[in-house]
Amino acid sequence: MKNLLSIHDLGKAGIIDVMNVAESFAEVERRTMKKVPALKGKVVATLFFEESTRTRLSFETAAKRLSADVLSLSVASSSVKKGESLKDTLKTIESLGIDAVIIRHRSSGAPLQASRWLDDIAVINAGDGWHEHPSQGLLDAFTVRQAWAEDAGVKPIDTGAELFAGKRIVIVGDIAHSRVARSETLAYKALGADVVLCAPQTLLPSDTSSWGVEVTHDLDAELEQADLISVLRLQAERGSGECVPSLREFNADFAMTTTRLRALKPGARVTHPGPMVRGVEIASEVADDPRCLVTTQVTNGVAVRMAVLYLLLTGGNQGLEGVGQ
Amino acid sequence: MTIIQTARYGMAQEALAIVGGNVLTQTGLIRADVMVEEGIVTAIGLDLDLPVAAKVINAAGCVVGPGFVDLHTHLREPGKEQAETIATGARAAALGGYTAVVAMPNTDPVLDSAFVVRAVLDLGAVSTCEVAVAGAITVGRQGEALSPIAELAKLGVQLFTDDGSGVQHGGVARRALDYCRGLGVTYAEHCEDNAIAAGGVVHEGEWSAKLGLPGQPASAEEAMVARDLLLARELGARLHLLHLSTQGSVDLVRQAKAAGIKVTAEAAPHHFTLTDATLQSYDAVFKVNPPLRPDHHVQAIIQGFLDGTIDAVATDHAPHTKETKDLPFDEAPPGMLGLETAFSLTYERLVLGAKMSIEQLFQVMSTNPARIAGLDRSGARPYGHTPHGELVAVGNVANLVVVDLDATWTVDGSSFASLAANTPYEGRVMHGAIRHTVLRGEPVVLEGVATR
Amino acid sequence: MTETDPNVAHERAGEALGAEIASADDVRRALTRMAHEIIERHGSASQLVVIGLQSGGLEPAQHLAEQLERIVGHDIARGSLDVAFYRDDLALRPVVPEAATDIAVDLDGKVVVLVDDVLFTGRTIRAALNALSDFGRAKSVELAVLVDRGHRELPIRPDYVGKNLPTARSERVDASVRGIWLGQQERSAS
Repeated sequence: MKNLLSIHDLGKAGIIDVMNVAESFAEVERRTMKKVPALKGKVVATLFFEESTRTRLSFETAAKRLSADVLSLSVASSSVKKGESLKDTLKTIESLGIDAVIIRHRSSGAPLQASRWLDDIAVINAGDGWHEHPSQGLLDAFTVRQAWAEDAGVKPIDTGAELFAGKRIVIVGDIAHSRVARSETLAYKALGADVVLCAPQTLLPSDTSSWGVEVTHDLDAELEQADLISVLRLQAERGSGECVPSLREFNADFAMTTTRLRALKPGARVTHPGPMVRGVEIASEVADDPRCLVTTQVTNGVAVRMAVLYLLLTGGNQGLEGVGQ
Repeated sequence: MTIIQTARYGMAQEALAIVGGNVLTQTGLIRADVMVEEGIVTAIGLDLDLPVAAKVINAAGCVVGPGFVDLHTHLREPGKEQAETIATGARAAALGGYTAVVAMPNTDPVLDSAFVVRAVLDLGAVSTCEVAVAGAITVGRQGEALSPIAELAKLGVQLFTDDGSGVQHGGVARRALDYCRGLGVTYAEHCEDNAIAAGGVVHEGEWSAKLGLPGQPASAEEAMVARDLLLARELGARLHLLHLSTQGSVDLVRQAKAAGIKVTAEAAPHHFTLTDATLQSYDAVFKVNPPLRPDHHVQAIIQGFLDGTIDAVATDHAPHTKETKDLPFDEAPPGMLGLETAFSLTYERLVLGAKMSIEQLFQVMSTNPARIAGLDRSGARPYGHTPHGELVAVGNVANLVVVDLDATWTVDGSSFASLAANTPYEGRVMHGAIRHTVLRGEPVVLEGVATR
Repeated sequence: MTETDPNVAHERAGEALGAEIASADDVRRALTRMAHEIIERHGSASQLVVIGLQSGGLEPAQHLAEQLERIVGHDIARGSLDVAFYRDDLALRPVVPEAATDIAVDLDGKVVVLVDDVLFTGRTIRAALNALSDFGRAKSVELAVLVDRGHRELPIRPDYVGKNLPTARSERVDASVRGIWLGQQERSAS
């Protein structure tokens, strides 16, 4: 594999590889000297057609800690504004001799199209429309495995996917318009967890019959059984506002409140891919509770993205396929 | 009706003999040669006395039947001549076995005035396929004020549609349907309720959910089908429904026909050959409106052809330049090429795949669409279009196609006569090919090659 | 990757690993001798940090540190180092780290003894030296190996050697605390 477009590209073994390599990079991040020379001489470009400071910074930090050179293409000030097509923009940066391009685009599938247009460049999807945000799904799974391994007193790297078997993971919020929901669902399902999608009917994807998930509209009924609650934001900017009568009504049934936090079973965790809106989909007390992993998620984002870049950009053309040989 | 313009369509002077084929006549398929003089079929039979000067074309092993008629062609001229022109579209049509096409009005400017319509008709008159025009129902296809329907009808326009979008306002639709009824012309609807479709770019279902693409539900089409059927019933008006794509639409039309509503319907080859599973590639070549749907809708369309609910195969030939199809999926324009693949797809899927007879194929590709477009013998044809869709008979204008049912060929969009190459069937091996096309006695396609 | 993966060696225990060059006892005696040589050079060993290289160097490093502790009577700082991210052949083949590096002490001013199973081309040690420099400025870095089999491609030499073993390039060396074997089949060059 030379690209990371979807969690589908990895499969269970690939997800575990990424998580295990990320453990090594997490160690690098704890050092005073946080940089390793693994990608010295490689050039990585970030191409964000939709602004996202946190994801862009996380990828750029990851690339720099691997000693790669980073080209940060700011779309707002580029020729895209002058009418240049995505294809031409990609062809232009290809001619600059880059090794990987990290793309965020408002259109689902744009990174997949980009991978067809680029010959020898690794394409990493940093979020496409409502489709996927694979690095987020990976870092969420990584963070959760770390927490569960700590609870069990074992090293995460020794556990593979064991800790996910039989776990009940509830993804709550605007599933329909969430690329994180799709990537998390694929990742958690691949690792062997049971996934429950919880949202008002109008914020569920139209047909999830082939996803192998349960669907519910009752968050309160899930709290006692859930091992993990993944809280998602209402994607008002992507048109989900009209899908519910009001934010107030949505939050009454689907926000993670302190009352709901108290109803969780011992050891259950809460994640949020950010950016959080405190007091809206997640109460401030929940966000700051030790059971909520949101700051760890941000920290781990760099290690996981280092692992993705490392695995895609080393090993000649073998990339992730060569891993484990 | 005042006829404004007549007989601009010249007959071929050279005599022509189509020999060795199976000819589709009133008495069925018969082994016969066909003699054509000055554009008219003058003899059908074996051992004909061929004039020495006659050009002989070989139809051995082929079926000779009436040239196809496409109810739904986007010729793009005026406005998007980089994607298609009337000349290139007509050549593509001839290569697809068509002797007449109906040009859709969503050009720039829109075909909503006599001046622009006449320009298109004039360019069509000298091309390799007769070009009829569907006029816009409303000015600029804006869905508000009615376009000069009566004036366009005097130019020979028989079909009126805002194709590209449906008439959203029920009151406007009702008034237009009523006005068309008074003029004896046909209101044709692109059935899509924009509010229900909610900007969806693919069919709402399993694949829209997986791919994270905004979906439009089948009901966006069906709601407008139902509305228009009710209006047509109430007014006793003639209604034609464009490119039906859902099971619900087929069911509604079936019931409407049983109830005596004057409705006809068409469906496009891509809606009975492709499903929305093709969208996994996010390749915008599969983007079309109405969108590709799951298999049970595809099966319903096929069933609709078999039981006569759907009257005509219509290509919805929609050329788009490579640069516009190379955009992200949701930004790319909808539409796919159809003229040069329609026959093979219909033959494969409906004849070979669903046991339709070859006679029925000519019904849905030639006779029925000619009747709906008013291009048959009894149609008004005030602009001088010749009759199309007639079984081969002495005295008829020789608008003919010769198809080779045993031939196979491979789709190569870049080799198409269309300026554009946006075929979703690239690389696919097709069964059944167009061997010759004869327009008013002139062989415009010989051995699969356009002669001009 | 190092020539000797203990897991692989263990799996191969049933098969012929080649000719046995040294027994487990021989290896243990060699490690004891190396521990004495280290003490001879560094006295109390209070500044010593013993770091095993992933993964073949880990067991020998543990044994060496235990011997040192037995001699000096106090704890010796230990660590493990994975050099995957510092290798110079990353562009050629995929290298996945065996496990996270674990160096809990600041190496400033310390005497580091790097431990590996087999010294061959020297490239792994080159990567290890680069990696170590990210953990502080050690006073000195020394190298202890169970086997030096020659064929160096870089100016690197060991300070403490269990056994010097002349080999052909194509031969294969397996070395662990369970013994040393010399076989024919060459695995990846290191």
